[in-house]
Amino acid sequence: MVPIQYYTALAVTLFILGAVGVLIRRNAIIIFMSIELMLNSANLAFVAFARVREALDGQVFVFFIMAVAAAEVAVGLALIVAIFRTKHNIDIDQMNSLQG
Amino acid sequence: MLLEEAVSSGPMFFSLVPWMVCFPVIGLLINMFFGGMILERSKAGEKIVGSIASVAVGLTFVVAVLQAISLMGHPEGQVVPLADWITIGDLSIPWAFQVDTLSVVMMLFVSGVGTLIHIYAIGYMHEDVRHNGDPSRFRRFFVFMNLFIAAMMILISGSNYMMLFVGWEGVGLCSYLLIGFWYDKGKDGIGNALAAKKAMVTNRIGDFGFLLAAFSIFYLFRTYDFHTIFEKAPEVAAQNPGALLFITLCMLVGVTGKSAQFPLYVWLPDAMAGPTPVSALIHAATMVTAGVYLVARSAELYVLVPTAQFWVTLVGAATALLAATIAVGQFDIKKVLAYSTISQLGFMVAAVGMGAFVAGMFHLVTHAFFKALLFLSSGSVIQGLERGHHHVEHDPKLKKLLKGHAHDFDPQDMRNMGGLKDQMKITFWVYLIGAIALAGIPPLAGFWSKDEILADASKEFTWAYILLTIAAVFTAFYMTRQILMVFFGKPRTLAAEHAKESPPVMTVPLMILAALSVFGGLLNLPFAGFHNFAHWLEHTLGELAHAGEFVPLVALLSTLLALASIGVGYWLYHPRRYEQFWSAPAARRPDDPLRSYIGPVFDVLKNKYWVDELYWSLILNPYIALSRFLADVIDWRFWHDWFHDKVITGGFNLLTRLLAVRIDLGGIDAFFNGLATLVQRFAALLRQVQTGYVRNYALMIFVGVVVILGYLLLR
Repeated sequence: MVPIQYYTALAVTLFILGAVGVLIRRNAIIIFMSIELMLNSANLAFVAFARVREALDGQVFVFFIMAVAAAEVAVGLALIVAIFRTKHNIDIDQMNSLQG
Repeated sequence: MLLEEAVSSGPMFFSLVPWMVCFPVIGLLINMFFGGMILERSKAGEKIVGSIASVAVGLTFVVAVLQAISLMGHPEGQVVPLADWITIGDLSIPWAFQVDTLSVVMMLFVSGVGTLIHIYAIGYMHEDVRHNGDPSRFRRFFVFMNLFIAAMMILISGSNYMMLFVGWEGVGLCSYLLIGFWYDKGKDGIGNALAAKKAMVTNRIGDFGFLLAAFSIFYLFRTYDFHTIFEKAPEVAAQNPGALLFITLCMLVGVTGKSAQFPLYVWLPDAMAGPTPVSALIHAATMVTAGVYLVARSAELYVLVPTAQFWVTLVGAATALLAATIAVGQFDIKKVLAYSTISQLGFMVAAVGMGAFVAGMFHLVTHAFFKALLFLSSGSVIQGLERGHHHVEHDPKLKKLLKGHAHDFDPQDMRNMGGLKDQMKITFWVYLIGAIALAGIPPLAGFWSKDEILADASKEFTWAYILLTIAAVFTAFYMTRQILMVFFGKPRTLAAEHAKESPPVMTVPLMILAALSVFGGLLNLPFAGFHNFAHWLEHTLGELAHAGEFVPLVALLSTLLALASIGVGYWLYHPRRYEQFWSAPAARRPDDPLRSYIGPVFDVLKNKYWVDELYWSLILNPYIALSRFLADVIDWRFWHDWFHDKVITGGFNLLTRLLAVRIDLGGIDAFFNGLATLVQRFAALLRQVQTGYVRNYALMIFVGVVVILGYLLLR
């Protein structure tokens, strides 16, 4: 059985990749993908710990997260389409009209 | 039971006494509301209006007679309460009428003489309103006259000092209204109004004294009722003689105002601006005697304070002499009579001051007869002259003879008269009777009453006797002068030449008054078995009403002096001599034969001792200057300009500016504005955090998570 440390390390790596992706990329679709990456790293951690603790609640959580993620993607992509329609661009730095 | 009483001791009509006030009031109300209509609609309108007024006063006279008849059976009199007037705490002043022998004497002659004067006035005012060019005032005259009678009745029938005061002020008001009856006439079109004002103001000074007396009476006695006061008076006098002196002296001030005594007599000569019936009724016969009545009514107070009696006597005797001398130097027929009235009032005041209340009241009654007669006859003379003047003006032949301006003609100046005895026979004879009565020649009314005063004076008050006797000498002299100047010699003007006698409506009352002047002395002949008037008043005044004795020496002396004085007057003014005097060119002859003998003294008399001028320079001018000073400097410049505008308004503006600019704007507003600016600055600072870059926010969240996690791990 693969030790838990590996899972955890992979999850952390994926999360960091996702986080960095969110922070440094300007393309909205890439940012979405990075968010998905972070969600999935969390899912991985949930599943791994659920196995170790031999409890099912972590697995259940993952299903919920996947459902929420799917919904979020639907909403997010709809927003991106709407933004593109108005701005003809999906560069996230152009959306700064709410600055102080 | 009433019937039995009536049978046993004579009828009782005391309860009718309120009608004495009601009848004139009804008369004046009728004339006030319907008089104008009557005058407009009926040709005899003036007669109807005048008759209504005369009947009203006549009915008052009837009531007065009924009171007198009742008093014969019940000489103690009665107080007839009508209504409550003022009730405050333990002070209660009712409308109650005092019917006793003293007040009924006043009622009788006021309403009696008043009726005659009302009838006379119908004829007089008929012409007067036409001479003055406003016939619509005919009604107003009779309304005022009736109002006067009503007020006078309240004055004399009141059972307390407050009711007396109401009447006192009421007659003062009517006097003012009637002096100013032709308020738009007179010197400069305002002379009459000024005369009315003078009477009003001078009387206010007297009323001030009366009010002080009334207040002190309340303070001492806690009531205004005559009987209660007189009962308590001896007790109070024993405890507090000074207070009673104060009351009586303050009352004297009231008397000097109303009865035209020195020093407040100056209004009466000017009051001649009123129509002549007014002069006769108000300013000779009735109103001016109110002061004498007041002293007689308060006899019980005055006898307790000899000092006050002394002052009353002094004022009366001094006024009698002063006014009698002034009358010698006057040329206006009514002014002579006015000063004569003041002088005769001085006799009465001196008499009641000496304690000779019967003599004072007696002279008051006879004087009302002959002075009303003289005034009314002088009115007849004046109108006779005006008729003559009118005749001359409207006759083209005669008009050419008129020298100078026709409007300058003064129908009251005795120098414009002369020879009227042929044109105005009735007036002449009644005037002569009045003059003889006034001069004190027996057996006319004036002799008996004046002689009683002199006889009483000769007993205790020798100085007053001397003053009054000299005054009586002057009286005889100025009346002789007046008679000779007015009625004898040749007419000195065309108007006098064409003067016409007055109609019977005027001459009949004159004849009745003349009869009264002749026989008035019968009221109180100073011989044993007569003294009717003294006995009559005894019921009210008690032992104070001592019957005057006949002192043959005094009577003889005063008669001789009066005759001598008439002789001197005749010698100076006898018709031929006066004609000779008058025929000299106007520029070279003096204004009066007397001037040749006494020279500058005549100026003093003619100018009335410059008393008016003295009052002007001593009191009025300083007073006016003071009021100007108070108004201009104190009130306007200091109070208004400086204090209100500068101090209050300026100070307020300064304070508000300080509060608004410094405190509100500079303090409170600045603090909150600063607070807002601070928040704004801080907000601007914080605003820069909000970049609008999504990645920035994400980084913030990330950092936040890291920090929180770090904290959780490292704690």
